[in-house]
Amino acid sequence: MFELVELFGTLRSTLALASTTTLLLLVVGTPIAWWLARSKARWKEAVAALVALPIVLPPTVLGFYLLLLLGPTGPGGWVAALYGARSLAFTFEGLVIGSVLYSLPFVVQPIRTSFEAFGERPLEVAATLRAGPWDAFWHVAVPLARPGFLTACVLGFAHTVGEFGVVLMIGGNIPGETRVLSVAIYDYVESLQWAQAHLLAAGMMLFSFSVILALMLFEKRMRMRDS
Amino acid sequence: MSSAARTLRASYSGRIGSFELCAEFEIPLQGVTALFGPSGAGKTLLLRCLAGLAPLRGQLRVGDELWEDASSGVHRPANQRPIGYVFQEPSLFPHLSVRGNLMFGYRRALRVARESIRPDDVIELLGISQLLDRLPRRLSGGERQRVALGRALLTQPRILLLDEPLSALDQAARDEILAYLEAVQGVLGIPMVYVTHAIDEVERLAHHLVLLERGRVAASGSLTSLLADPRGPIARGAFAGTVLEARVAAFDATDDVTILESAAGELLIPGRIGELGAGLRVRVAAQDVSLAFERPMRSTILNVLPATIVDLEHLKRGQVNVALELGTAPDTVRLLARITARSARTLGIEVGQAVHAQIKAASTVSWVSGQAGYLDAKSSDSVTDRNSGKKVSN
Repeated sequence: MFELVELFGTLRSTLALASTTTLLLLVVGTPIAWWLARSKARWKEAVAALVALPIVLPPTVLGFYLLLLLGPTGPGGWVAALYGARSLAFTFEGLVIGSVLYSLPFVVQPIRTSFEAFGERPLEVAATLRAGPWDAFWHVAVPLARPGFLTACVLGFAHTVGEFGVVLMIGGNIPGETRVLSVAIYDYVESLQWAQAHLLAAGMMLFSFSVILALMLFEKRMRMRDS
Repeated sequence: MSSAARTLRASYSGRIGSFELCAEFEIPLQGVTALFGPSGAGKTLLLRCLAGLAPLRGQLRVGDELWEDASSGVHRPANQRPIGYVFQEPSLFPHLSVRGNLMFGYRRALRVARESIRPDDVIELLGISQLLDRLPRRLSGGERQRVALGRALLTQPRILLLDEPLSALDQAARDEILAYLEAVQGVLGIPMVYVTHAIDEVERLAHHLVLLERGRVAASGSLTSLLADPRGPIARGAFAGTVLEARVAAFDATDDVTILESAAGELLIPGRIGELGAGLRVRVAAQDVSLAFERPMRSTILNVLPATIVDLEHLKRGQVNVALELGTAPDTVRLLARITARSARTLGIEVGQAVHAQIKAASTVSWVSGQAGYLDAKSSDSVTDRNSGKKVSN
């Protein structure tokens, strides 16, 4: 017998984590991408490398440092103390912070690329048409970079759903809070609950496929409408 | 300082990469000023300075407003300057329809400016009413540049800045846009600063000229005076010539010839051109003007006008530029004649002499568009006149 309640709890945590993370990634990643695309600072490639670090770093390494940062003796612990908690590790919030850092390069890179692709000209045109910098950003840069934003959302979301090592290090496996799909599958396999593992794995496959397909179709329709 | 209110004064200097700009000029805030010079002279950079798009600092006064002054830290950002800017490539926003592109600047400009140019008028003037719902990628090159021109006009600019707006177009689209530019100038009367390296565009559109060479102003003044200066950089070149403003006075059906009136006198041009009373610009190449001391009695040359030699300049390879003054004061005009050094010596050509200028050919450059004339300019073959040579010898 499946414990359906537990299964739904796991699903809900996973979706909540991926959506919150994607949203935060857009808020954090867009200004970074803009700065990386526009700045002429010499040290900007160092920042770019720092942002890209999670791509090459073993997730356990990132998870280890995050554990120290979020734990009771790190800055995460001080923040947690403000509202009476002991630590940010092994909480949903801690997991969000970890996921944002872990998936940052997958959001920053496509947005940066599409900001760079249209160059300086559209922004100059906007300026001669009386648009201030903010106005030009929202009404020219963002619409022109739409494909980049779409890719960023898909990659950020999917990457968060699929993360395992970081979750294991800082999230633990608390049902209804930090227990997410990837960890749950691992658990089921470890305890030889093959049916449950099958169900979740197949469900993940189907879900991921549907999301990517839907977004691709959406993007294609937008392009068709444009031309 | 009443005259200062009607001029634009700019002074920029600085270095971008290995290019050094050091330019200072003052131009009237009316008509068309051409920023003219070879590629790499700094024309576009200077125009971008006026628009506030270049990183160079300097001083810029437009009318009695100070837009930029490096010494006192004044710098109006580009989006706060009442200018319209037409780029070399149309640069329309690909995510907006033609209407969206036109209204982008219009809506924003009306927050700070009074409406003097209405969308309907611009759409009609530029003939783009059929294109409003299309996306830019569905337009031809000429159509795109027309929309870009309209978009710039709808920002209610005090000056229109154009950066070689024809260079990315084919010949047919160039002629089309030129006619529209004349229409815009004739109907709306917005002062324009027009960057180009093509002398034919200058002769057709400009009233005023700023000549740039290697980042410096080589000469600046009215088109007619600069063209007619025998020592000027244009007069020294192969395309030396002058332009005259004229008006269609009569048409003689017997010989199929049109009689033009100008300050220089009557000019006859073979074939029927224009409507009676229509204003036009005529180009006279220095090569096509010869001089005679006595009025030739039996000659095939139709146009022989009394003139006074006012200036002389010896050029390389045995050639001489002669500046002539024609007409009666105060409405005198100048023509340039290119003669050989041998003729100048053997005939004893000197400043102050009265001569007869024999104009072997003159060609129509453009129709001076008035309120009613612009449709005429669109349909007339005023450019092809020049290229296919409705320039007819004697």
